[in-house]
Amino acid sequence: MPRAALATARQEAISVALATSAYALSFGALSVAAGLDVWQTLALSLLVFSGGSQFAFVGVIGAGGGAAAAIATSTFLGLRNGFYGIGLAQILRPMRGWRRAWAAQVTIDESTAVALAQPHEDLPARRAGFWWTGVGVFLGWNAVTLVGALLGSRIGDPSDWGLDAAAAAAFLALVWPRLGSRRARAVAGAAALIALALTPVAPAGVPVLVAALVAVVAGWGQPREAVPE
Amino acid sequence: MSAYAWMWVAIAGAGLLAWLTKLAGHTVPEAWLEHPRVHRVAGYLTIALLAALTGVQAFTSEGALALDARVAAIAVAAVLLWRRAPFIVVVAAAAAVAAGLRALGWA
Repeated sequence: MPRAALATARQEAISVALATSAYALSFGALSVAAGLDVWQTLALSLLVFSGGSQFAFVGVIGAGGGAAAAIATSTFLGLRNGFYGIGLAQILRPMRGWRRAWAAQVTIDESTAVALAQPHEDLPARRAGFWWTGVGVFLGWNAVTLVGALLGSRIGDPSDWGLDAAAAAAFLALVWPRLGSRRARAVAGAAALIALALTPVAPAGVPVLVAALVAVVAGWGQPREAVPE
Repeated sequence: MSAYAWMWVAIAGAGLLAWLTKLAGHTVPEAWLEHPRVHRVAGYLTIALLAALTGVQAFTSEGALALDARVAAIAVAAVLLWRRAPFIVVVAAAAAVAAGLRALGWA
């Protein structure tokens, strides 16, 4: 029985890793379109290794924003990864040294989801889900990023290929699964409107950061419905 | 320092902060960040940032509001997401719609 559960966890991990890695192709191409070179694009995937943060970083740069705004937006979007580490504590702790350093690097939406989706009592399966997904996505994501960046550097004007629209669709696809509750949809609508209203008057990158304040307002009071993770 | 060098600094900075954020989750005592308010704000923060980025990326151009081929592209993306299409299909379809409209000279 434990062996069957382990095999299931690994299979899930591999299929999630393949599906997730595929969209590194769009990240690689968008990053080059935003003005980063192939090595900078690959470095972002290796070092930041969190899809939403990476799309945000190149989105801010592509819109003409500065380094500080790009770093701030990327970091705020990555804050949820810190909470994943806490949620994984019972599965992964105790850890130290290099093991903890690597576990941190591969703590993302997908590795957390696959780990927590395994049977509650089956610690080996939960651990296998985390590590196989995390390392699998890390390998696939970086390899496919390189392919996307090399393709992206050969295509001329990115808007002729609709890459600006692809970036918008990528953000929409990342937020879509989180819009289950009415309050979540209200937060999304308000944040988008604030960012659009500020765009003509504030420096590039700033409207998005100001719109994030909607989250503080929405999360401050006691909710009447479930809160998104 | 050149713009190119600054970009490397920004990438290294974003990478370091991303890793430190993740590491903090594996290091701090579990009780520290379990305050419900912190959890709620963090959940909504992801939504607010991604929605704001969607709006800016879809409807602005060089610091001004702009309605062009991206409007049709984002509408198609929304329909595909509603129909539960995979991420890569949604992104590729949006690119194809915008590229097609521009090639035809319609937007």
